[in-house]
Amino acid sequence: MRVLAIAMQVPDSRAVIRVRDDGSGVDPAGLKFVCSPFDEFAVEQAVQIREGGWEVAEIIAFTAGGKGAAAALRTALAMGADRGIHLAGDDLPLHDEVAMARLIAAAIRQADAQTDLVLCGKKTIDNDSGELGPALAEFLELPHVGGVIGLELDDTAGRARIHRRTDDGEVVLEGDLPMLLTCDKGLVEPRYPALPMIMKAKKKPVDTIDASTLADQSEPSTTFVCLQTPSERPPCRVLDGTPEEMARELVGLLRKEAKVL
Amino acid sequence: MPDTALIFIERRGDSITPSSLCMLTAARALTDGAIHAVIIGHDIGSLAEQVAMIGVDAVYVVDHADFEHYRVLPYTRAVESAIDAAGASLILMATTSTSRDLAPRLAARRDAMMATDCLTVELQGDTIAVTRSMYAAKCLGEVSLSAGTLRILSIRGNAYPAPTSPAETPAPIMPLDVTLSDADQHIVFRELVPSDEDERNLADADIIVSGGRSLESEENFSILYDLAHRIGGAVGATRAAVDAGYQPQSHQVGLTGNVVAPQLYIACGIDGAIQHLAGMRGSKVIVAINTKAAAPIFGVATYGCVADLFEMVPLINEACRSLDGKPALQ
Ligand SMILES: Cc1cc2nc3c(=O)[nH]c(=O)nc-3n(C[C@H](O)[C@H](O)[C@H](O)COP(=O)(O)OP(=O)(O)OC[C@H]3O[C@@H](n4cnc5c(N)ncnc54)[C@H](O)[C@@H]3O)c2cc1C
Ligand SMILES: Nc1ncnc2c1ncn2[C@@H]1O[C@H](COP(=O)(O)O)[C@@H](O)[C@H]1O
Repeated sequence: MRVLAIAMQVPDSRAVIRVRDDGSGVDPAGLKFVCSPFDEFAVEQAVQIREGGWEVAEIIAFTAGGKGAAAALRTALAMGADRGIHLAGDDLPLHDEVAMARLIAAAIRQADAQTDLVLCGKKTIDNDSGELGPALAEFLELPHVGGVIGLELDDTAGRARIHRRTDDGEVVLEGDLPMLLTCDKGLVEPRYPALPMIMKAKKKPVDTIDASTLADQSEPSTTFVCLQTPSERPPCRVLDGTPEEMARELVGLLRKEAKVL
Repeated sequence: MPDTALIFIERRGDSITPSSLCMLTAARALTDGAIHAVIIGHDIGSLAEQVAMIGVDAVYVVDHADFEHYRVLPYTRAVESAIDAAGASLILMATTSTSRDLAPRLAARRDAMMATDCLTVELQGDTIAVTRSMYAAKCLGEVSLSAGTLRILSIRGNAYPAPTSPAETPAPIMPLDVTLSDADQHIVFRELVPSDEDERNLADADIIVSGGRSLESEENFSILYDLAHRIGGAVGATRAAVDAGYQPQSHQVGLTGNVVAPQLYIACGIDGAIQHLAGMRGSKVIVAINTKAAAPIFGVATYGCVADLFEMVPLINEACRSLDGKPALQ
């Protein structure tokens, strides 16, 4: 079988995010971009299927974005993906994941990269919407399961048993491939690629698809207006006294001042 | 023309989730038009009757064994038929594991505009302007959804209050027959392993008592549970505590865990790493208990105690005992 894993680039979770003065987006100067952590689960899961002994003819890593997006692909390739596809364009609707999913589906078709299993992260940590996976499944006409924390394949990898985390508990579902899964924490532990893998990844092929060549050029569906830095929280009131005094004062404040108890 | 809104009423077991009822309040802020509700499940007659009393104009009910458990494709069909029956142009759902999965699939199917996990929603002319948290809560994004096509919003559970004026007469209940294709039934439900009693849905909790690696063991978390039980809260944890096995993954708060915004978040022995803050900095009041005065958690806290959590937490519990029996403040 073939597997495609989505590997989106996002600013490193430790990065300080500076909003451009006009609110048009994030100032990329000095930002370090990495593969979104949930997408690392997707790539890792793909590689582990192969390592688990299933016949995986090809693992394709797919990314979209400006020039920097290739960094996420490099991570995926170093982790064990065989080749990359980079949907490139300067004005991709990166903050509109439904529109993005439509373009990605078009790119996957154009590149003949439909696979038996499509894996992506439950969400990217920049947009924090998680719209991409379910929307992509719809555009690729695949069933999907979201928030996957466990995957068991039968011997032929024809059928999957899937564990999904929900607000009610863990749900177990079953179905035949092909399908799309969005990966949650707990599914697999992403590896840190060793240096030889990083070196090897540099030689793996990456095809670039220019977004302007895609057949489906529909308008972005929602309009992203601007980013704001959230207002600062007021400074912390540090209590003093003995632990007993602090405890009593705290409970009093929570009840009378903050009115949350 | 004002939108006709459809609010998605979610079930948890045999009850309606409080957060989905809050969607009625949000819908009223967005439209003067009709507001309908849809509820989906199996043997849900009495739930539908409850929904008929909340103050909506009609309740669409999809009640069939195929819908007993959430599966995205059957539920997408069910919501689609309610949209068509109601003539809805605006869909509101509370942010939950279900809506995060269902809404984007529906948006893609219906060529809709959508925004996920909105913190505020506002009508400006006929455009809907929303704010949502982005970049791990480091910035707020403003998104506008213009009129003309279907608009789908999911809204954070506690962003809007529950409706307070129930209907005097029940709204009409409209059963819907939904035909599923083989493809819709492709993925089958096998089982639900419910979260244990103590895993009250973090996203719905008004109070969260949360602990870090410094709790040192699963057993020690019991002091947090004792406090949480006394003040009606749920228990959260850092990734370090989850990875060490002290708490299940479903309790993790942060970038790769739950994003929560309770009224009160009590952080016990939590350093305040940026990835943890990503999951809780939207809380109304934050209490930090940490032995290290320089811990970054104090940078977002409302009240701080530089103290040993093993000493402080039981003392706070003790001090809260005097509140027992007093009515909770709104
Ligand atoms: C990609 C990525 C994703 C991540 N996602 C998450 C996430 O979702 N959630 C998350 O929480 N983390 C996440 N992390 C990890 C995060 O960076 C921190 O490592 C983690 O939050 C630290 O947890 P902690 O505060 O429990 O532990 P520590 O950093 O070990 O801090 C322990 C704290 O307890 C204090 N302390 C010790 N003893 C006591 C005592 N007796 N009384 C009071 N205070 C005491 C110490 O002063 C210290 O401040 C992520 C990291 C990465 C790279
Ligand atoms: N599919 C996507 N959806 C949303 N945001 C994305 C996506 N892919 C990348 N991004 C982010 O969008 C921002 C702008 O990217 P760029 O302009 O390509 O540097 C970056 O922070 C990317 O990490």
